[in-house]
Amino acid sequence: MRTVAVVGASLAGLSAARSLRKRGYDGRLVVIGDEPHRPYDRPPLSKEFLAGTIGEGDLALETDDEDLRAEWLLGSRATGFDRAARAVRLADGREVRADGFVLATGAAARILPGADGLAGVHTLRTLDDARALRDELALGGRLVVIGGGFIGAEVASTAYALGLDVTVIEVAPTPLAASLGPTMGSIVSGLHTDHGVRLRCGVGVKGLSGEHRVDAVLLEDGSTVPADIVVVGVGARPCVEWLEGSGIALDDGVVCGADGRTSLGGVVAVGDCANWYDPRAGRHRRVEHWTGARERPDAAVAALLSWGESEPGVPKPPYFWSDQYGVKIQFAGHAARADSVTVEEGSPDERNVLAVYRRAGRPVAVLGMNQPRLFTRWRKHLAVAA
Amino acid sequence: MMIPACRLSDLPRGEAYRLDIDPPVSVFHTDDGEIFAIDDTCTHQDASLADGWLEGCEVECPLHSSKFDLRTGAVDAPPAKLPVRTHEVLVEDGTIYVRLSTDAPNLPPCIAARLAGGVT
Repeated sequence: MRTVAVVGASLAGLSAARSLRKRGYDGRLVVIGDEPHRPYDRPPLSKEFLAGTIGEGDLALETDDEDLRAEWLLGSRATGFDRAARAVRLADGREVRADGFVLATGAAARILPGADGLAGVHTLRTLDDARALRDELALGGRLVVIGGGFIGAEVASTAYALGLDVTVIEVAPTPLAASLGPTMGSIVSGLHTDHGVRLRCGVGVKGLSGEHRVDAVLLEDGSTVPADIVVVGVGARPCVEWLEGSGIALDDGVVCGADGRTSLGGVVAVGDCANWYDPRAGRHRRVEHWTGARERPDAAVAALLSWGESEPGVPKPPYFWSDQYGVKIQFAGHAARADSVTVEEGSPDERNVLAVYRRAGRPVAVLGMNQPRLFTRWRKHLAVAA
Repeated sequence: MMIPACRLSDLPRGEAYRLDIDPPVSVFHTDDGEIFAIDDTCTHQDASLADGWLEGCEVECPLHSSKFDLRTGAVDAPPAKLPVRTHEVLVEDGTIYVRLSTDAPNLPPCIAARLAGGVT
């Protein structure tokens, strides 16, 4: 293999580039990124960066002395994949031909229909999004967060600490139920009301009102929530439009095996755009977690360099963390597979629990709130047991 | 400076003891019976390495899986970019002592910012 193109310059793309070099790939390496920035870390965008306690330099993922001997094509959006020519087409008309490809184009924040062009309405996914939101939060006022998932909850927590008046609106009866299950979802989202942040559940958003700038969120029950700033945190969709018609199988992202291989030889997919086969669950799964974007590219790169001859290992159970209102929340595994959840340590009232999810008596997931030591032990246990 | 940390008999193999000084230091007793002391705070973000996972001569941060070599303090796995300080360890009369490094610690940006804020 003489040229490898990594399409996407965030954590998954950088991890793939690092793995290529670490595994001895010595050929030409091209990294294509649609943002103008060098690889940066996203988790702090909704927390420390938004709060202003760390700056842009702290977000850099590369170390000062790191040299991947890569050609960086930044600010270049991939618009198409030419299967016959084995080339990625870029928005500026250029083409990058390669033998091997790592698809790492990530996911984009979903937006609300009709919110276009209304000032004061934000999503949070990129560094530029975070800069814009940080500047507005600094002015204070009433913030309405649409969506009680992890991004929404972290923004609410950060804005509360900055002194804003915050309301969170969640269409489901319990926030976080999809990832944590209803019982623990309700306990974790109780952190909002503990701090006087209003939480309105079970009601959908009808639209936004405002002339040039948003002034309220209109709800489906006919009520209105006044707003100076609105953050829409209603999930993300994989950025794979550019692959349509390429012959690479797509279904909620790039369909790939447990080793990241796509339906086309010499092409692997990693990170948020990849819909990996999960042998544990027996189905494909798109997991939008930092840890997966950091760890899985190595398996995909191994498959790419060996032309699929390497043995895919069983991936570790998905792991993610969140920081809200000073509480460290950690989760590993799949809550949906559980038929029971029990609190093993701590107390839900004090918001410091270690809860274990089980299926037929066997642990399948673990949740920690301010329990890092116990959580670490359970997470390792899960990796071995599952 | 030499600081008494804990009794050797109170620190079984595979466990860590956190010394609550500023910045905190952790003493690790490896499965092979060696004892090491390093700065307790991960250089990436505020997390206690004493809460992490000890394997061989490596500790994995409990939050974001950065790994540090207990012998050198070097980063073995990202997201951390800077090493932690290592400290000299002495065991005398069944007590573990730590001689603190005189190097400047590599604290994560959040804590460094807070400390800088406290000075001004």
